[in-house]
Amino acid sequence: MRDVAIIGVKNTKFGELWERSLRDIVVEAGIGAIQDADVSGKEIDTLYIGNMSGGRFIEQEHIGALIADYSGLSKNLHVPATRVEAACASGGLALRQAIMAVASGYSDIVVAAGAEKMTDVGSEEASSALAAAADREWEGMAGATFPGLYAMIARLHMHRYGTTSEQLAEVAVKNHKNGHLNPIAQYKNLITVDQVLNSIMVADPLHIFDCSPITDGASALVLAPADVAHKYTDTPIYIRATAQASDTIALHDRRDITTLDATVVAAERAYSMAKLRPEDIDLVEVHDCFTIAEICAIEDLGFAEKGKGGIVTANGETAIGGRIPVNTSGGLKACGHPVGATGIKQAVEIVTQLRGEAGKRQVEGAEYGMTHNVGGSGATAVVHIFSRER
Amino acid sequence: MTIGIVSYGAYVPRYRIKIEEIARLWGDNAEALKNGLMVYEKSVPDIDEDAATIAVEAARYAMARSGVDPDRIGAVYTGSESHPYAVKPTSTIIAQAIGATPNMTAADFEFACKAGTAAVQACMGLVGSGMIDLGMAIGADVSQGAPSDALEYTAAAGGVACIIGKKESELAAIIEDTYSFTTDTPDFWRREGMPYPEHGGRFTGEPGYFKHVTNGAKGLLEKLGTKPEDYDYAVFHQPNGKFPSKVAKTLGFTKAQITPGLVVPKIGNTYSGSCLMGIAATLDQAKPGDRIFATAFGSGAGSDAFSITVTDRIEEIRNRAPKVSELIKDPIYIDYARYARHKGKIRLA
Amino acid sequence: MSSVPRFWRNLGSRYNLEGTRCNECGENFYPPRNVCVNCRRVGQIEPYKFKGTGEIISYTLIHTAAEGFEGQAPYTLAIIQLDEGPRLTSQVVGSPEKIHIGMRVRSVFRKLGEDGERGMIYYGTKFVPENA
Repeated sequence: MRDVAIIGVKNTKFGELWERSLRDIVVEAGIGAIQDADVSGKEIDTLYIGNMSGGRFIEQEHIGALIADYSGLSKNLHVPATRVEAACASGGLALRQAIMAVASGYSDIVVAAGAEKMTDVGSEEASSALAAAADREWEGMAGATFPGLYAMIARLHMHRYGTTSEQLAEVAVKNHKNGHLNPIAQYKNLITVDQVLNSIMVADPLHIFDCSPITDGASALVLAPADVAHKYTDTPIYIRATAQASDTIALHDRRDITTLDATVVAAERAYSMAKLRPEDIDLVEVHDCFTIAEICAIEDLGFAEKGKGGIVTANGETAIGGRIPVNTSGGLKACGHPVGATGIKQAVEIVTQLRGEAGKRQVEGAEYGMTHNVGGSGATAVVHIFSRER
Repeated sequence: MTIGIVSYGAYVPRYRIKIEEIARLWGDNAEALKNGLMVYEKSVPDIDEDAATIAVEAARYAMARSGVDPDRIGAVYTGSESHPYAVKPTSTIIAQAIGATPNMTAADFEFACKAGTAAVQACMGLVGSGMIDLGMAIGADVSQGAPSDALEYTAAAGGVACIIGKKESELAAIIEDTYSFTTDTPDFWRREGMPYPEHGGRFTGEPGYFKHVTNGAKGLLEKLGTKPEDYDYAVFHQPNGKFPSKVAKTLGFTKAQITPGLVVPKIGNTYSGSCLMGIAATLDQAKPGDRIFATAFGSGAGSDAFSITVTDRIEEIRNRAPKVSELIKDPIYIDYARYARHKGKIRLA
Repeated sequence: MSSVPRFWRNLGSRYNLEGTRCNECGENFYPPRNVCVNCRRVGQIEPYKFKGTGEIISYTLIHTAAEGFEGQAPYTLAIIQLDEGPRLTSQVVGSPEKIHIGMRVRSVFRKLGEDGERGMIYYGTKFVPENA
């Protein structure tokens, strides 16, 4: 297998992009990444796009073909395009498919994109589409919502480990602080713990400020064999590990409600593949669809002892400048969560950081970065490790 | 041939609204209403309860109390005036939920408040003729009273299921005989598609309730050659507390005979469940050998009278399912706003 | 919900907690599984009916309702461990103000939802505190 590098990246603005369609934003991200990599359309061998629910959000399936077409890759070049779906982990899986395509030698220059256009439908319909990532028949039909499922994780985490609502709120406060420094973030405003605790309750104990928003956005990466990466860029960033794991679709069937075993296993596989340990990682983008999800993630990825995620967060260990900066982009919470794009956006953030181009939110001297992308309440987890040096 | 009650089960939702709370909203005199109706509070279904769910709970208690194999149930007949569907049987839901399907028959009954006892009579016929082994007859309602209408003070929710059989060792109570009295008397009705019933006010009294209950009861007493004093207990359809008390007195039954079965003051009128609820409450405390006289009334109008003798078997099965007194002992009181929500009087866009 | 066949084909499980059991390893499954998660190909799956009693593993009070559940909000959703082993997600009804992790519950028959005023009414199992 060949080593793989990322040679180009681009995020669109994340937020409520009322004037722009799915195809508009994917093309912006795709063309941006291609320009960043300085490759020509003719060089692109294949395209993977993460998209969770075009069918529900914009009544459009066949997203791969649509995007290839509007990126100018279809009519003359006939570049193959594949849509990848694993709910909120669609982007992370698209990246993984792209890595495998390059590593295997099947393809050389590959675009991995992710996009979701979520605001063409009302918030109720959007929530309903998202709920389809859980077990429709045995969770959804009981009235489960995603905030509800994560609220049950939070409740047991609090009961078992003494995690507090204030500690959950600290995740949101920190991620807004990071989002404040990220030009593409949906929310750049600073918030306080009290604001989180006084915001309306969505699913007890999760408040609206414990939840990631509904977001439009697209992100794209260009991948190349590591051996040729320097032809395109002075700052290729290398893939050190790609790992994925599955768990039961329904939360209730998990071994432990407060641990995402898929995350634990994907992380173990990734650390093993990269021959690294948690303490080697300089920064991580985790899947904070809810504040409790970030607390579980830093525990399950090995950055905090089980049950100590809340304390570690409240201590500032996950802030920029802390022991292990988490979600420097603002995370799903503040940067926004266009579900299919999220896994790609996380990689864009890590590449930007490892290149040293993250501006005010730069983690100084970062050598190794990690992304962690989750589908549903934890049925899919995908973990990637990136490095500045090959 | 001996036919009787193999088992019974009752169910009453936990929520209650007090007469004072309804009267507060409409500016009525609660004390006068309570004295007039002899009803003090009424049961209210939860948001997710309807006649079918109430019938299922009652039916499951009846099954638990009997211990019979559900495959033996050859018919499920559910009487209600609040069937959830206009077309599509409630009884199939119950049959499925007690595991009696598919080798059986089912249908829904409607005869205002006596649809449940009409179902009992149908089961007696099928069991007696040998067409089926056991039959389940249910009366269950989430009855509707229009806002501010007099019915709103009493229209309640509850249900009772009876398993009817003829194997003597299985009978907890023998139904010695039944007698019905029926005329076409439009004292109360609800047209197709209408949410609330209409009624004839005081016309529901003499020409409706009293005429039919009296004639039905007298008819059975004459047929059997029995007298009120031959019975230990009596139950009459209880749309309120006053009507059954008055009709009992007219017929020569005592207050002591009707008190054990008079549950309406605490739960209101459970319509198709009403008379059966009184029978269930009476069976909860009757001793072997006790005799129960019961007469149901349904507007429209008709009455079904029953003469029942309790057997030794009652002692064996009684405690296998909750008694009516246990079902109603721990109510949750709600205000009119929540009542309106539970009853679907508040419509979401 | 809006799919009648999809709901109807699971009526036995929804009404009566019918699941399955693997006789090879002894694990019980609700909702039913046709492949044992432990024994896979060599599993011996057969029908198994659950009693309907269990305890609360975790719970939440949902204020922002799922689509079709707006009329019930706020409602309590819980993960319940049945006494025979498997866990499921269900509403806990009957004003469970005193709900807590570890609370004993029992099954009841309730409306799960409906397709508007004209559509099908969906019935099934919910839970109440055991002593209620």
